[in-house]
Amino acid sequence: MIVNQFLVLAALLFSIGIYGVLVRRNAVLVLLSIELMLTAVNINLVAFGQYLQDALVSGQVFALFVITVAAAEVGIGLAIVILIFRNRSSANVDELDLLKW
Amino acid sequence: MFDYHALAPELILGVTLLAVLAVDLVLPDRLKYLAGVTALVGMVAAVFPLLTMAFCDSIAGCVDGGTRSMFGGSYVVDDFALVLKALFLVSGVVSLLLSVGYLESDDYYQGEFYFLILASVTGAVVMASARDLITIFIGLELVSAPAFLLAGWRKGDLRGNEASLKFFLTGVLATAVMLFGMSLVYGLTGEITFAGIASQSAALDLGPEPAFVMGVVFVLIGFAFKVSAVPFHFWAPDTYQGAPIPVAAYLSVGSKAAGFVGLLVICYQAFAAVPEVWGPILWILAAASMTVGNLGALKQTNIVRLLGYSSIAHGGFILVPFAMAASYDSVGLSDAFFGSITYLLIYAFMNLGAFAVVIVGAAKAKSGEIADWAGMARYAPATAGLLAMFFFALAGIPPLAGWFAKFVMFRSVIGVFESGWAIAIAVIAAVNAVIALYYYARIVKSVYMDDVPIAVPQAEAAAIRTAPSLVLAIAITAAVVVVVGFFPQVLAFFGEAARGF
Repeated sequence: MIVNQFLVLAALLFSIGIYGVLVRRNAVLVLLSIELMLTAVNINLVAFGQYLQDALVSGQVFALFVITVAAAEVGIGLAIVILIFRNRSSANVDELDLLKW
Repeated sequence: MFDYHALAPELILGVTLLAVLAVDLVLPDRLKYLAGVTALVGMVAAVFPLLTMAFCDSIAGCVDGGTRSMFGGSYVVDDFALVLKALFLVSGVVSLLLSVGYLESDDYYQGEFYFLILASVTGAVVMASARDLITIFIGLELVSAPAFLLAGWRKGDLRGNEASLKFFLTGVLATAVMLFGMSLVYGLTGEITFAGIASQSAALDLGPEPAFVMGVVFVLIGFAFKVSAVPFHFWAPDTYQGAPIPVAAYLSVGSKAAGFVGLLVICYQAFAAVPEVWGPILWILAAASMTVGNLGALKQTNIVRLLGYSSIAHGGFILVPFAMAASYDSVGLSDAFFGSITYLLIYAFMNLGAFAVVIVGAAKAKSGEIADWAGMARYAPATAGLLAMFFFALAGIPPLAGWFAKFVMFRSVIGVFESGWAIAIAVIAAVNAVIALYYYARIVKSVYMDDVPIAVPQAEAAAIRTAPSLVLAIAITAAVVVVVGFFPQVLAFFGEAARGF
């Protein structure tokens, strides 16, 4: 089994995620970009787990933990974004400038 | 037989978590503080198994396992873990004491607050023992996820919302980067336990492998975010200022200490074979955190924000012994652990005490702006005196505890390592200690010598009573800061335990 194509895919997804975090202005899209990065992690973990023929399937187990924690974090994140949208009628991260320096 | 004794603190905390939820469900609003009492009792109870494990030799019927290793080496309870678990529990107890009085003055969901802070402490306790990638990741998330919610506690407050979102986005981004690094490390070594990663990376000679270097660097970046080391510190002052003050106190001590523990354990256990990769990074993080943190603190006008920058600077001081230890033998390493852990223990008490006094002062002056605190000694002499005490302790003035922290930090760098880099970082640390004294002393001077602003109603402020729980928290931290200052061997005893790491 060749592992390279999976690693390239994961690296691309991770880079797209980083780009989205830096460029997107809407908090929900920033959140989704971070999800892309976590998906890249999962692809990496499962690909390595399969490639290494790990007897303990650590990679796949790790991926399951990542999926669970990511779901919980998106729940927290969306709660915070909804809170901000209610208070300011906008989810634009550039407008959050009350606290600086 | 499974070693329930070693897992007892976590089990007690887990049961208490459920108990807090249940108690919160059945109580009427005016008795909600009992949920806080439940959480407090749980944390104090969790300290007892730590004591029985630490002093196992002298207790009849106690099976001394020495280092207790569970789950195939994934979860280890040694002296180092015991000391840090005790630190996390004590800082959790003090943070709860700070918040009981503070929350009652607001009309908010008290029960959930206590649940979240207890969950975060549980995560920190798990992290102290975590010795594989999955466990340390779960522990770190359990520390951070409740903290995101705690930071945005005041739902209607725009600053609180902003603090929470900034903390959340940087925290999750850091986690994603760290996980990508962990996936690379797993892929190249085929192991997730720290011991396995160390032996495999040595056997396969992965030091020069670019993918492995990238994995190590990504993992370090993730932890650097959590400990708010420069250049990954931007969220910290904003979050501390926007969050309720007791939460800021917890974040700057409990959650930060958990990040340090994770960083040190992963460097010295998992990446022990490749110190040439992470040693220089820690050096840069330490030097940059001290300098940027202190320079940032100089121009602050809000006292909580100032403490935020000062905690970044103290994070740099904690990293100083490790900045050099990478290139040294086991003697230097054990000295570095002694220096860093002792600094961490003393810093925890000084900073919690400083935040406790800030809560009292902010209630009296009705403001967190330093200008409004001028002349506080006239109408609140006790608050002003304690403020001076904790700030001079943070600055490292003898005979308060801070001097001993700085002393062991310098000793472990200068005394052990003979290289230009060690002297360079010691000089940077010394210059920063002086800068720090300036901004701490500026506030004390203002509180004692400046005139009271007209807007502050002095008679009313003097009449404000401080909650008994807050008084207890200040008494605990003040006692530790004074006693350790005069008798440093008390705390050095705990720092010694970390040497055996």
